[in-house]
Amino acid sequence: MNFNPKHILGIKNLSAAEIHFILDSAASFKEINSRQIKKVPTLRGKTIVNLFFEASTRTRTSFEIAGKRLSADTINISASSSSVVKGETLEDTAKNIEAMHPDIIVMRHSASGACDYLAQRLKCSVINAGDGTHEHPSQALLDAFTIRQHKKKIEGLTVTIAGDITHSRVVRSNIYCLTKLGAKVRVAGPRTMLPPGLEKLGCEVFTDLREAIRDVDCIMMLRIQRERQGKTLIPSLREYARFYGLNPDNIKLAKSDVIVLHPGPMNRGVEISSLVADGPHNVILDQVENGVAVRMALLYLVSGGESVQNV
Amino acid sequence: MRVLVKNGHLLDPVNNIDGRYDVLIEDGKVAAVGADLALAVNDAEIIAADGLLVAPGLIDIHVHLRDPGLEYKEDIISGTHAAAAGGVTSVACMPNTSPVIDTAPVVEYIINKARQHGCANVYPVAAISQAMKGDVLSEMGELKAAGCVAFSDDGVPVVSGELMRRAFEYADTFGAPIISHAEDLSLVGEGCMNEGDVATELGLKGIPWVAEDAATAREIMLAEFTNSRLHMAHVSTRGSVELVRQAKARGVKVTCEATPHHFTLTDEAVRGYNTNAKMNPPLRSQADVDAVHAGLADGTIDAIATDHAPHHYDEKNVEFAIAMNGIVGLETMLPLTMNLVRTGVISLRQAIALMTCQPAAIIGIDRGSLNVGAVADLVLIDPEFEWTLDAKQLKSKSKNTPFDGWTMHGAAIRTLLAGRTVFQREQ
Repeated sequence: MNFNPKHILGIKNLSAAEIHFILDSAASFKEINSRQIKKVPTLRGKTIVNLFFEASTRTRTSFEIAGKRLSADTINISASSSSVVKGETLEDTAKNIEAMHPDIIVMRHSASGACDYLAQRLKCSVINAGDGTHEHPSQALLDAFTIRQHKKKIEGLTVTIAGDITHSRVVRSNIYCLTKLGAKVRVAGPRTMLPPGLEKLGCEVFTDLREAIRDVDCIMMLRIQRERQGKTLIPSLREYARFYGLNPDNIKLAKSDVIVLHPGPMNRGVEISSLVADGPHNVILDQVENGVAVRMALLYLVSGGESVQNV
Repeated sequence: MRVLVKNGHLLDPVNNIDGRYDVLIEDGKVAAVGADLALAVNDAEIIAADGLLVAPGLIDIHVHLRDPGLEYKEDIISGTHAAAAGGVTSVACMPNTSPVIDTAPVVEYIINKARQHGCANVYPVAAISQAMKGDVLSEMGELKAAGCVAFSDDGVPVVSGELMRRAFEYADTFGAPIISHAEDLSLVGEGCMNEGDVATELGLKGIPWVAEDAATAREIMLAEFTNSRLHMAHVSTRGSVELVRQAKARGVKVTCEATPHHFTLTDEAVRGYNTNAKMNPPLRSQADVDAVHAGLADGTIDAIATDHAPHHYDEKNVEFAIAMNGIVGLETMLPLTMNLVRTGVISLRQAIALMTCQPAAIIGIDRGSLNVGAVADLVLIDPEFEWTLDAKQLKSKSKNTPFDGWTMHGAAIRTLLAGRTVFQREQ
């Protein structure tokens, strides 16, 4: 098959076959990243704008490296977090950039739906690098890629995602991605961090982390945002760590070959103890490495690339 | 000047009229209602109403006219044109203008401008608190004397229970009801749509139904405690309909209204981050829509009101979370209400009562009937008229409607204000 979407806005509307196609393409690109000369001419002459309205180190760098390794010209724009504060509308900002003829805009924005908004108004391709608490498709794809790398398959696995489910864009994309690929997804967190209707997205909901990770194949810990402590969602990071942190004790409840993922940045000692983060089950840096390959695949496919055999 | 509306199906709930009658209008007032009046009248302008429903002009007690101060969204002239096109002859306008309707001169400005240039009766609703800041009561006595019909800090709920208590007592002193927009703001937080499956999926912050129910409960208790009149604006949840139902049963002086969008759409309409489906209260679940239907059917809900909220294109053409709340509604109230009749939720007579005499009673105006001697505000309705809504064609200055492109059934064919035709639909 060939799969050349105009945009990558989310996982929700992708089919399992399309996701596999992206992951297979990423596997071909991964090899380039370990070459002596880590560059292919595939996207030479293409211009990619990384338009980031929210601070991001990992995702932005990953997209930038992905573009550069494909020989595209990548430009990074860090805009103010709110178009309102800046006084210019998102549409105007984007249209000004579009007037300079980029081929792809990769956008991170604090508003859910911002990438859909952009895609409806621009002629160039839009890749969602995280919109509000909606989707973060490249993250879910690199997570799936990493799971597939370690488990050789995704179908039939049980994956637990734990943390602030309400405010996580990673969760939504991962639920769509993993369930489409045949995995069972569990989510876990205190009730203050569990929005209604999660079951309808196709996952099982837990409030007890220990129950949630029993006999699972993969555990994905979400970053707890420090600014939420002492507000209404959780009383303290200390208490959160006690009930919802992954540590060498409770991880024993999972399968012995469980792998531990984290989208980063980690709060060591809060949602994940250092002994787990640095321990034998962790695949966290593999996720980062695979992120570049997955994003190369996305940039390539959105640009109309066909077979990945000859890059 | 005599006008004879001839051969229409007259529906006037107040006078229990439901049949083929003529209406004779003389000097802007209803002079006679009867069968075959034409035989006795030979010098009147004849308006043929064959096959049409003839009803008192519709009354919408929840409208934002945006005048003074926000005329880029709407003004009294454009807003009353929109009203006339929707068959609406009387509107109550909300005080969140600039300046706020919290002094007599602003009330007088609105009434005078509407009289001179408008094509509907305009009844200002003044603010409960000065500048709608929730601190000090507005000068309710003087505002009432100037012509306002009710008090509300619509859109900015009064947080203080003490101030709200005193507002009930003081407004009652001058015989005016309090209209409450019920929201517990701490429960709303940064929510921008109904909390539920759709919000979870879209990653948008939710507004839980309990934010409306908890505030509704407080308002009802305060109205009961002060033995004063309360009108609940735009009830949108199962819980608030039930709270009003129970309160009425034990004799609390409470009435309430529902909007066409809350009885027509659910939060599914938000999908695609459609900012024209963003309003406050938000579009709710199907169970809530069903409860609003039940409330309309059993009389718990007294009025249909639109919460007509014009916003400029630029204020809706943004990310969902920062888009303004609200939609225009004056020109879609009638067909959306006729849908309820067609689907058997309410009878035609109920529909007309919900849009005429019942809202009139809430704000205490002498409109909404075809009593002999009453001002001849009339609407001629073709209940089956099929048309497609084109937002660009709306008379309102703003085009923010989620119903763009919808096929509508039912329309005002002609609208008369004090016997004068203020709208006639091109057919």
